[in-house]
Amino acid sequence: MDVLGRYRNLIVLVGVLFAQVLGLAVQVRRTTDSEPTRLIRVWAVGAVTPLEKALVWVQTSTGSIWHNYFYLRGVRAENRSLKQQIERMSLEQVRMSQDADQARRLQALLAFKEQFISQTMAAQVIGGSGSELSRSVYIDKGYNDGIKTDMAVITADGIVGKVLRVYRSTSLVLLIDDQTSGVGAILDKTRVQGILRGTPGGEVELEKVMSDETVPAGEQVLTSGGDGVFPKGLLVGLVTKVSPGSELFLKIHVHPAANLSRLEEVLVVTKIDERQAEPDQTGSVRAVDILAGRLPGVPTKPENSEKQDSSGPASGAGSDTKPATAPPQASADGEMPAAKPAAKLAKTASSPETGAASASGVPATRATATSANTLKASPKPVKIVVEPKPQTAVQDSPH
Amino acid sequence: MAITYTSGEQVEVYRFSIPATVLIPLTAVFLQAWLPLRFPFFSIFDLPLLVVIGFATARRNPLAGLVTGGLIGILQDALTHQPIGLYGISKTVVGFGASSLGIKLDVENVGARFLLTIFFYVVHEVVYFMIARGLVGLHMAWSWPHELVSGVANAALGVLVFMLLDRVKQRT
Repeated sequence: MDVLGRYRNLIVLVGVLFAQVLGLAVQVRRTTDSEPTRLIRVWAVGAVTPLEKALVWVQTSTGSIWHNYFYLRGVRAENRSLKQQIERMSLEQVRMSQDADQARRLQALLAFKEQFISQTMAAQVIGGSGSELSRSVYIDKGYNDGIKTDMAVITADGIVGKVLRVYRSTSLVLLIDDQTSGVGAILDKTRVQGILRGTPGGEVELEKVMSDETVPAGEQVLTSGGDGVFPKGLLVGLVTKVSPGSELFLKIHVHPAANLSRLEEVLVVTKIDERQAEPDQTGSVRAVDILAGRLPGVPTKPENSEKQDSSGPASGAGSDTKPATAPPQASADGEMPAAKPAAKLAKTASSPETGAASASGVPATRATATSANTLKASPKPVKIVVEPKPQTAVQDSPH
Repeated sequence: MAITYTSGEQVEVYRFSIPATVLIPLTAVFLQAWLPLRFPFFSIFDLPLLVVIGFATARRNPLAGLVTGGLIGILQDALTHQPIGLYGISKTVVGFGASSLGIKLDVENVGARFLLTIFFYVVHEVVYFMIARGLVGLHMAWSWPHELVSGVANAALGVLVFMLLDRVKQRT
């Protein structure tokens, strides 16, 4: 009894450690994907995330008041610059839509199936895991909002990760730079496929690329769609360094396109549609038509405006132009006006599949993002109309 | 600066009120999860570990120290996607060690606290590394310079945290 009393603390320590090691061993043996979320995690998340949500709300509200009401310095210049950007992009859009039409025709001929991000949900990043070994973040949407595990999480810049665990009003997102994550990836130009993994140091590497392949630094890395989580063609990042790795493989460092250390808002891909490509039956707009629309014309009287609208876009004297398709609107369930993501994602998605995939005979799919409910590739032609209200850029500009 | 050896009768034993016992670790875990998102450099710190050391050295009770360490560690584990127990085991060891050492040493002065925090930070990282690599099979690289720099940074922050804890601790 004396011995027990004397070493009581040590015995308790050994007992507690033994119990924890045993618990750890049981967890390691089980597959993490199939097991239900442990109650202790639910409690911990339930205790911590409300504070995080409250703090994020305060921060966002304060920032919003500051940016929208007080700090408006430089908005005019920014507005002007955005207008110019819209003009440039309109021209580029025409060129790209012609490329896309051509790609669609080719895909239809070969009976290709395309993947479309048809529904996304905007979510706010409210917290992290607090551990360098667990590169994951919490978002403010959970199964009450329709989030499920293994949904892809993206930003306007590139992919972020996938939903790993779902709680009532929050979800845990595993980032692509975590060492336990894996993303099917393909190089944009060389079409070499590999697996994207995180390293313990928080970097991202493309694995399983044979050393006899030539991979130039600066090449874009896209999702290959092979992992069943991310649709094909989303931007992952850029190759920064290539060196000989272990065995017969290259060690390819990739700089993620999305800034994973400063995530604030993300898009959860809640629905992906797959359908066969259809060739565009309607005509397309030529770049010269757009330019004609910008040329100064005779000022028109208000009563004739309806006529002019119906007759075409040629009378837009010096005003901005904008595609006639409906602008992205935030839907009732909080989905995001994904104009920026749409543009970027569409851009990234359209380039790789047009020729190379067809030539290689690989069943190409294409992720094309557009707006809110609806990141879809529109088969409609690009129509250019006069946009008399330039305020849109002002509203979007502060952030 | 000197760490003085004292007898059991000489050392002061403190306790914390129930709200402080619950809210301080919870706040530490919350800040650890929230701050690195806004200030990435903060990921070098381990705020829950500092709270464990602070509680353990003030209470000077090995059983209370290991229980506090274990619970805070498990709470921290629950927020990650890694198996529960990695931080739990590491902080259990630190909690036990810090409270045991608190009985034998006078850890009221700043220098002693600074050195003690560096020591226990390294102990924590070694235990964590061994479990993560040996038991869970995670790939980890050990870097002494990184650990020592992190230890010093944590010790500097620890001195401030212990000062805050001094304000809420009560003499038994």
